[in-house]
Amino acid sequence: AKKELPEHFRGYKHVWVFVELERGVVHPVSWELLGAGRKLADQLKVDLAAVVLGAPGEGTRNAIQEAFYHGADLAYLVEDPILSDYRNEPFSKAVTQLVNTHKPEILLLGATTLGRDLAGSVATTLLTGLTADCTELAVDGDGSLAATRPTFGGSLLCTIYTLNYRPQMATVRPRQLPTPARDATRTGRVVEFKPDLDEDKIITKLLKFIPDRESAKSNLAFADVVVAGGLGLQSAENYQLVRNLASVLGAEFGGSRPLVQKGWITSDRQIGQTGKTIRPKLYIAAGISGAIQHRVGVEGADCIVAINTDKNAPIFDFAHVGIVTDAIRLLPALTEAFRQRLSPENADRLAG
Amino acid sequence: MKILVCIKQVPDSAQIRVHPVTNTIMRQGVPTIINPYDLFSLEEALKLRDKFGGEVTVLTMGPPMAENALRKTLAIGADRAILLTDRFFAGADTLATTYALAQAIRKIQKTWGDLDLVFTGKQTIDGDTAQVGPGVAKRLDLLQLTYVSKIVEADAEKREVVIERRAEGGTQVLKTKMPCLIAMLEGTNEVRRGSISDSLRAARAEIITWSAKDAEIEDLTKCGLKGSPTIVKKVFAPTPRTERAAFVEPGKTAGESADAILEAIFKRHPALKEDMTKLASGF
Ligand SMILES: Cc1cc2nc3c(=O)[nH]c(=O)nc-3n(C[C@H](O)[C@H](O)[C@H](O)COP(=O)(O)OP(=O)(O)OC[C@H]3O[C@@H](n4cnc5c(N)ncnc54)[C@H](O)[C@@H]3O)c2cc1C
Ligand SMILES: Cc1cc2nc3c(=O)[nH]c(=O)nc-3n(C[C@H](O)[C@H](O)[C@H](O)COP(=O)(O)OP(=O)(O)OC[C@H]3O[C@@H](n4cnc5c(N)ncnc54)[C@H](O)[C@@H]3O)c2cc1C
Repeated sequence: AKKELPEHFRGYKHVWVFVELERGVVHPVSWELLGAGRKLADQLKVDLAAVVLGAPGEGTRNAIQEAFYHGADLAYLVEDPILSDYRNEPFSKAVTQLVNTHKPEILLLGATTLGRDLAGSVATTLLTGLTADCTELAVDGDGSLAATRPTFGGSLLCTIYTLNYRPQMATVRPRQLPTPARDATRTGRVVEFKPDLDEDKIITKLLKFIPDRESAKSNLAFADVVVAGGLGLQSAENYQLVRNLASVLGAEFGGSRPLVQKGWITSDRQIGQTGKTIRPKLYIAAGISGAIQHRVGVEGADCIVAINTDKNAPIFDFAHVGIVTDAIRLLPALTEAFRQRLSPENADRLAG
Repeated sequence: MKILVCIKQVPDSAQIRVHPVTNTIMRQGVPTIINPYDLFSLEEALKLRDKFGGEVTVLTMGPPMAENALRKTLAIGADRAILLTDRFFAGADTLATTYALAQAIRKIQKTWGDLDLVFTGKQTIDGDTAQVGPGVAKRLDLLQLTYVSKIVEADAEKREVVIERRAEGGTQVLKTKMPCLIAMLEGTNEVRRGSISDSLRAARAEIITWSAKDAEIEDLTKCGLKGSPTIVKKVFAPTPRTERAAFVEPGKTAGESADAILEAIFKRHPALKEDMTKLASGF
């Protein structure tokens, strides 16, 4: 239960978002967090600050600019060549020192490989609470952060508080929250911070960075249209029907978890609780039953279309448009209908 | 090489059911398993031991029945298993968990000598926070390597480790010093079955059981619910969408059905048509 906040925590104010900048590129979850942070800061009537760590250069300056466009009032900037690639030692040191100096009441990070690696270290050093993988953030009546996360594979939700410690920390999965509108007229102030960092004292060295092959990258999480298949397709050959439709739509393709286990698709194309969360404008699910672990990954879609032979399949409880029919028969027709409707003049070329 | 592996016993989530009326979790009769992610770390630890000699100790904090999970790790090939169990640990969040685990690891080093490597799983399938590895590393001042897809080199003489680590958009190749903490990525190795002699040994082996006192954990206010800064305020079921899908009647032919679906989509989201036309033509 809530006690009177200890004296030494009373000066902790403002909402901070860690902007995940790596190799000059910002992870888009940072903007999603700024959108959520903006609402929290407005409710608490405090500032929203972006925390930007990176090597000196254009990438870092751009990140700050974009942070303002996405809602930050100010940016704490730590600029040092040591920070060009993520390593736990210098990043956790810099963030911890920054928190101890400027004292935020809320600190949010993305639940990415970087964010999860960093958040656990920072929270343990600060001896504060950290709520993982939140799907919703709110401020309750007395100004505490109410962080809600799924439990037991999404079948239940729980709301977690860090009442008596500061900062209140949380991580949020990419694509769980909407990206705020970008407003290029916004500006903010930059506060530079120089933590005590020394390359000679950092033991872990980066020998090499091997970028993923462009062709191997799936852009599922950020695609506008996603077509997915499930076990109802019955064979890897039939799964090709999903790829055909995706190709005509310029969409990404994915599937339910069993398809990964069967080897029909690679694991980076799994959608759901233990795969990717997606927020497309249109999601077409063929032969997917709509188990809760799948549902939590797709509920952010604007329009969900479900094709299933079972009218009682749970997917119809959260789809917007449904049809009870055989997906294996319907998919080729759907592909053809879209082809004609969307780009009649290209029909011949696409057919080739 | 002296290696420690942290494991957690978890409910087999594939079999968890939520009570349809009360919305509480029905744990009764749900079998428990070793957290599947921990097995990839255990396997990597055993591989290193087989190559360099030394021993693999397995540690878990949990209720007395977590002994079963530990016994399984002995059957797979671990050398020693320690169960940290005490009512003071109940209700621990990750900060309190890492306090107890770190204290126990200190005691392990005092008893059997300094560790070269500590392994944890990537995350669990129940709490699923991925916070315990980084927390333990921080408390013991170990260098930390998470999401490791490959141990390229581990040199006990030079006390150096080179690993490959999954990062956003690529793979980092990192070099660091022992002692360090490693969390393996799933699917990075083939977990062994364990030999018949190991399973015979495991059946009779003693599981070392430590209370808080045995592990020389002095500050009980840092353990369990008391030592947890996070407070679970409420657990609830997601509000179901009230409206079901608008059903499209299947036509006589698949083509008619397809046209009907397109109609329904564009009626619902008129803006989609323009967006999709652009997308389809490759812009
Ligand atoms: C810890 C945990 C994590 C999980 N994480 C995920 C996750 O991230 N993502 C995920 O997807 N799942 C996940 N799962 C699995 C999930 O619980 C379901 O088992 C899975 O989503 C089911 O996949 P499916 O819908 O393809 O198959 P099924 O449930 O077998 O459904 C097949 C559907 O196809 C329909 N069908 C059959 N034939 C046809 C046809 N010819 N045309 C049209 N429809 C047809 C059937 O009516 C049925 O509804 C997880 C499970 C656990 C325990
Ligand atoms: C539904 C639910 C939600 C929760 N949410 C949060 C939260 O947001 N924040 C929070 O601080 N706590 C949370 N907790 C509490 C947390 O689950 C426990 O503290 C748990 O003991 C450890 O966390 P984890 O299961 O997430 O482990 P993870 O951090 O995911 O585990 C990583 C690795 O650490 C090792 N490990 C984990 N637990 C143990 C153990 N007991 N013994 C030995 N090794 C271990 C394993 O190798 C494991 O693979 C939650 C618990 C539940 C049931």
